[in-house]
Formats: sequence, C-alpha cells, structure tokens
Amino acid sequence: MFRFILRRLLQMVLAFFGTTLIVYALMFAGQGDPIQALAGERPVTAAQRAYLTEKFHLDQTGVGGFFYRYFDYVKNLLQGDLGQSLTGRSISDILAAAWPVTIKLALIAMAVTIVFGVTAGVLAGIRRAGIFDNSTLLLTLLVLGIPTIVLAPLAQYFLGVRWQLFPPTAGADPDLYALLLPGIVLGSLSLATALRLTRTSVAENLRADYVRTARSKGLVKRRIVSVHVLRNSLIPVVTFLGVELGNLMSGAIITEGVFNIPGVGFNLFRGIRTEDGPLVVGIVSVLVVVYLVSNLVVDVLYAVLDPRIRYE
Amino acid sequence: MRVRRLAAWTALPLAVTLGLVACGSGGDGGSGESNPDAAVRIEIAEPQHLVPTNTNETSGSQVLSALFSPLVDYDEANKPYEVAAESVTSSDNVTWTVKLKDGYTFHNGEKVTADNYIDAWNYGAYAPNGQNSSYFFEKIAGYEDMQGDAPKAKTLSGLKKVDDLTFTVTLSQPYSEFKTMLGYTAFYPMPQAAFSAPGVLAEGYEQAPIGQGPFKMKGTWQHDAKVEVERYDAFPGEKPKVAGVEFRIYQQLTAAYADVLSDNLDVIKTIPTENLSTAATDLGDRFQQSPASSLQLLAFPTFQKEFSNPDVRKAISMAIDRDEITKSIFKDSQQPARSFVSPVVAGYRDDTIGAAGTFDPAKAKALYQAAGGPSKIELSYNGDGGHKDWIDATCNQLKANLGVECVGTAEPKFADLLTKLKAKQPVGLFRMGWVMDYPSMENYLGPLYSTNGSSNYYGYSNPEFDKLLAEGASAGSEEEAIKKYQQAEDILAEDLPVIPLRYGQNNFGHSTKVTNVEMDLFDRVDLLKIEAVK
Repeated sequence: MFRFILRRLLQMVLAFFGTTLIVYALMFAGQGDPIQALAGERPVTAAQRAYLTEKFHLDQTGVGGFFYRYFDYVKNLLQGDLGQSLTGRSISDILAAAWPVTIKLALIAMAVTIVFGVTAGVLAGIRRAGIFDNSTLLLTLLVLGIPTIVLAPLAQYFLGVRWQLFPPTAGADPDLYALLLPGIVLGSLSLATALRLTRTSVAENLRADYVRTARSKGLVKRRIVSVHVLRNSLIPVVTFLGVELGNLMSGAIITEGVFNIPGVGFNLFRGIRTEDGPLVVGIVSVLVVVYLVSNLVVDVLYAVLDPRIRYE
Repeated sequence: MRVRRLAAWTALPLAVTLGLVACGSGGDGGSGESNPDAAVRIEIAEPQHLVPTNTNETSGSQVLSALFSPLVDYDEANKPYEVAAESVTSSDNVTWTVKLKDGYTFHNGEKVTADNYIDAWNYGAYAPNGQNSSYFFEKIAGYEDMQGDAPKAKTLSGLKKVDDLTFTVTLSQPYSEFKTMLGYTAFYPMPQAAFSAPGVLAEGYEQAPIGQGPFKMKGTWQHDAKVEVERYDAFPGEKPKVAGVEFRIYQQLTAAYADVLSDNLDVIKTIPTENLSTAATDLGDRFQQSPASSLQLLAFPTFQKEFSNPDVRKAISMAIDRDEITKSIFKDSQQPARSFVSPVVAGYRDDTIGAAGTFDPAKAKALYQAAGGPSKIELSYNGDGGHKDWIDATCNQLKANLGVECVGTAEPKFADLLTKLKAKQPVGLFRMGWVMDYPSMENYLGPLYSTNGSSNYYGYSNPEFDKLLAEGASAGSEEEAIKKYQQAEDILAEDLPVIPLRYGQNNFGHSTKVTNVEMDLFDRVDLLKIEAVK
C-alpha cells in the first residue's frame, strides 16, 4: 500500500509538470504580441510597453525566453506564490475567495446526486422493466442529452424568472436556498449517470447467487436489498462519485456563469475571456492538483471498499 | 483585452422624451414617488482598476463616477460646463488656468486643493507607474520627460500651483479643446491619503478609493461580488436622489438580464445580444436605447495600388446597404453611419459622405468599372469579436452589386491584423472600431487620419487635412475649432480613406423599482439623475 502511494505520488509530480507546461505553452506561446493582445485594439504607448515587458519578463524572446518564463513561474509556484493576474490582484487571494462557494455548490450537487440518483437507481434496479424503470430511463436519457449550456438558462428562465420559485441568480455570499437551483442543475448530469450505474449494478446483484441463498433461507426482501445488495452494488457508484466530486470542484464554468456565482469556474471563465494568461494558468495549476489528489483518494478508497483489491 | 472601454453619450433629449417620461409611474405596485432613502443596484463587470489614472474601461469608470466629481461635465449640446471647477480658461490655448470651486472635501475630510490634482496627474503621467490612462496627459508640457525606463522627471513641468484653489496647465502645443478633455476619469484629483510617499500610491487605496464625489465607499471593493457606495452628505454639488448604489458584479450579461426581469437588479447597461429581440416585449418601455460614441468602419489600405483611387473606395461604399445590415444582422442595436464623427460630439453633421453613403448598386457598379477596381476583394477582420456575420453580409452585397469576388478573412485577434498592416502586407479592406476618449471631433479625426495619427493604419496622408487639424487645435474658440474640424471632415468625405458603417448604441434596461435611468457620455448610468420608486 505504502509503495503504491509513493509510486502514485511520483507519477503525480510528472503529471503536474507536464500539464502546467502544456497549459502555460498554450496560453502564452501562441500569442504574437502579448502586450498588444492585452491592450486590445487601442494603441500601446512606449511607456506602457516598457512597463509590461519588464513586469512579465518579455524581454527574453524565442523558445529560450518561453522556458525562462515557465521556470520562473514554476519556481514561484513551488514557493506557494501563484503570482498576480494581469489586473494586479494576487491569484492566491482570488482563489481563496472563490473556493468556499464552489465547494458549497459542489457539495449541494453531490447531495442531489446521491439522494435522488442513488435512491431512484435502487428502485429502478429492483423493479426492473417496470414503469418506474422505463420512465427514469427516458428521463435520464433526456438529461444526458441536454448540455448544461441549454439546461442552466432554461432552468433559470422558467424556475427563476417565470414562476419565481428560486432566485434567478445566486450572487456573492449566497444562502443555501439560492444555491439550490444551480446545485440541482450542476448535479443533474452526474445524477443521471449515478442513476444508470446504480440501477445496472443493483439489477445485476439481485440475480447473484448469494441473493438467492439469502432468499431461500427466508430473509425478508427489505433486508436482502438494504444490507446485501446495496452494499455490494455501491462499490462502482462510490468510485464514480469520487471522481465526480473532483470534476464538480474544478469549477462549473457554465453553471457559475449563468447563475452569477463568483466561484472558481467564474474566475476561470473571466480569465479566458479577458485573455488574462497568469490567472488562467494559476487556476488550472491548482485544478491539476485537485484532480490528481482526488484521483488518488478514489483509488485508495477502492481498496478500502473492496477487500479483494490489493495494491502492492 | 476584451473588456474594452466603451465610452458613450446619450442624446439626453431623445432618451428623456422617448422612454423615461412614460415609465415614471409604470412600476408594479410602486406609487411612482421618488424614494430618497433607497439604494439602487446597477450591473457592472469586475472593474480592472479603481485608480482614476488607471481606469479606462466602463465598469471601473462607472464606480469612480460615483466617488469622484469631474472638473467639467457635458450639457445637452455635448459642450463642457464646469462642475468641480469654478472656471477653466485660456487666452492662447497653451496655458490654461483652472480655478476650483471652494467647499469640496474628500470623503476622509481633507480639503480639495490644487495639489490634489497636480499630484494625481503627475502620478498618472509617470511612465514607471504603468497607468492605463497615462496617454491622456501627453498634451501637457513635460510629458515626454517622464517616459522611458529611467525618466528624467518625476513631475509634469506644465503643472503649476498658483494658490490653494488655482493651478495652471501649460500644454506642449496649442489645443483649443483642452477643457473638453477634463471630463474624463483620468483627470480626477486624489487625496493625500492616497499616497504613502510623494508619487507612491498607498497600498490598499484601490480597495476603498477616497474621492470628492457625491458618494463615498461603504466598506471595501468586494472582488467579483460588489462595490457599495453611500451618499456623501458633505458633498457641495448637485445631490443624488438615491441613498446609495450597489454596483453588482456580473460575469455574464444574461444573468444580469434575468435579474432585471425579476426585479433583483435595477439597471442593466447592456442588454445581451441574444435577448435583444425579446427585450421590447419583456421590459416594455423599460427597454431603452440611446446613441453611444463607438463607430464601426471599414478601412482601405490606401498604400495599396488597387485602392489608391478614391472612386474605387466610393463605389464600394455605395454598394453597401448599411440600413439592411443594421436591421437584419444587428436588430437595430446599432445605427447606420454616414459621417466620420459620432452624433454624440459637438460639431456632428448628418450624412457628411453624401452620395457615397447612398445605396445605389447601378451607379456603384458603373463607377467601379470606370475606375478600374480590383476583381477580387478581401475583407479582413478579427475573429474574436463577433464580426463574421456582418462581414459575410457585406461581402455578399459586394459580390451581388459590383460583380466582384469577395472573401472574408478572419485573423485571430486585432493585434494580428495590425502586425500585418504595419508590415504593409496586403490584407484587403479591414474592419476598425473607434471609441472616443473625450467628446471632441478632434478625437475622431486626429488619431485616425492625420499623417502621424496613432491609429492611422491605412497610410492615409493629406497635408491639407493635417493643416486644418492644426488650425482647429489652435483656434480661438470652440466654435472656430469645430468649423476647422468640419472642413477637415469634408476632405475625408472626398478622399474616403475609410467607409463609416455604423454608430454604436446603448441598449439598456431597468427594473420596475427605478426611474429616470439615463446613460451619460461615457456609457455610464447617470447617478445624479436615477431615482428609486417608492
């Protein structure tokens, strides 16, 4: 187990450098004239140009200059300094302000997924081919087929503006109620997947030998399902949810934008839109770490849940 | 940067008569009376900066307009009048004397003196400070010495204090419209508290800027969330009609629009494009439009031989049906343009390009063939600005009306287009946009068409035009200056180095809880006029 984790950690270091290098290159190497790009269509004065050139080490040109800037960046990153956005704000501050609300949103989405997705999945699995099973199949296909970019504004318009059941946007410092609608929208996609996964798994396990044995020795159905079937069926679902949590944390760019929630995705979107290279690279670097760690946790958890799996 | 400064001006009479009167008592359940104790909520994007000399985009400038009071503002004829200044005068257009009104104080109690203006402008002009609006000071004597890596001077030699409430500004060359410039954000004063040492901005000033305007900060700038201001009771000027303003930060305009529809937000300054077609139904007379300062152009690389003949350029202009494109592509969110300056500045005249702006395919084709125009036309544009639709439509019109081949070529960014132009590579016609820095005809003419203009990318040069601009700058009065500029514009109409296509427009909306919403010259909500409905 220890050796497995160590090996994974070493791989993570490689993956981290690889991804940040690629992101850094995509963000900065493609620009012809980053200073002009920063100024948009306005002419740049010589003074402004000199100031920015010095500030972002643009005096080093070519491939050498790129690596110079990249290693400069990584050096600061390893010291915990994410640098400044182009507007001069510390990226660590931006992220510190953005994380709490994103985590809150992710947890709500996760709760929605578990409560509705897993419950409905179990029910559909038990009553396979029934009305409930078929209607949830139809519904989940529908949800999986509609991208968030359509679903979120639709939900906002009908539930927020038309029928006024929820506040149309959450804003800063939102209460739980304001985050509910975005949470449901965000969770709906993983809800559908979790539902299908649970259903298949439950349906499969219901036909397993140990269930027949349990039934023949006279156990009540509720106990068979809740103790024996559920426990075994949830193993794939839990792994899925673990990975999904990493996904949700990484910022729901669309959902946060539509509902005006100043979280991580919101800031990432702004960084991309305003071509704020340092901000994008900073956020993505942190997200890479979040992904790597959540993947590792899921892998380890897998062994805990399923004793048959051994890491050596 | 995509968040560009979109300064703008409303034709006040138009806005007032069209929409505002009608909606005064139209609020749901509101009694229609003004409520001076209520705060209003206005949509902005996250400001880039909140230091006057570093703020050149609309969101930051909207917040600063609450915290600061400008030296001059603009009346209904778009002419400047004094606000925080008692008078701004000059006998020779070189040395300007600015007298300040007595009684203005900063929100921390400091009295506003001439020093506050001089310090702030010196800070803005000093190159190592890297201020975005630094170029606004370039007309002041001594600006050159403050540029470069190791500037010779730390202060503008053209700024002299006379007494506590008077200072003089010496320009490096005559400029008759200096007073007009002073209404811009960059010319606000800054208190002593803003500086930790002379010329060094205090850390944290930007998080809670101290100004001398009608509102003061309530708390600090909450990034990505909001900036709140409340009425400053010691403000000696015109008092606002609301108790405070919450500038709420939105990432996407569609979210702000949804909030306005459900009265969760009071003013949205730009209705998102996808909602423009339904805005009139959704908001009724709370959906309003007013002219803005931006101007969209199609420019000719006049250094290229095939476009060097003005008749070719005129023929192309005549072959474009501006009205059709503004209507079908822009859904009337912009207005067709037939002059080189925007209707928001004094001296604007309708239709200065005359026949070249009248859609006439038959005449265009005849003229084009007689002048020997190229058989293939290329229209270059930047692919990141949503220009594809109208470029394609324009191309189709040119194909049909002139019988030429036409292709639209997208460059990733405008900067890429500029690089090619600077290298004099053939890019064909290319799109340009212009947003004014200050409301003057000169700002629409000088930078764009004078031989050494900072944004003259088409190699246009006409000594007569340059001469008229110089004469305008040193003219004795504003009226005389405008006359010279209009003559200069007439030369442009003859030469047609660019084709004016469309004027921008503010498309804004508000909730049922506010009334008297107007946009000012720089695309900001007028905070002194807006009222909350009881």
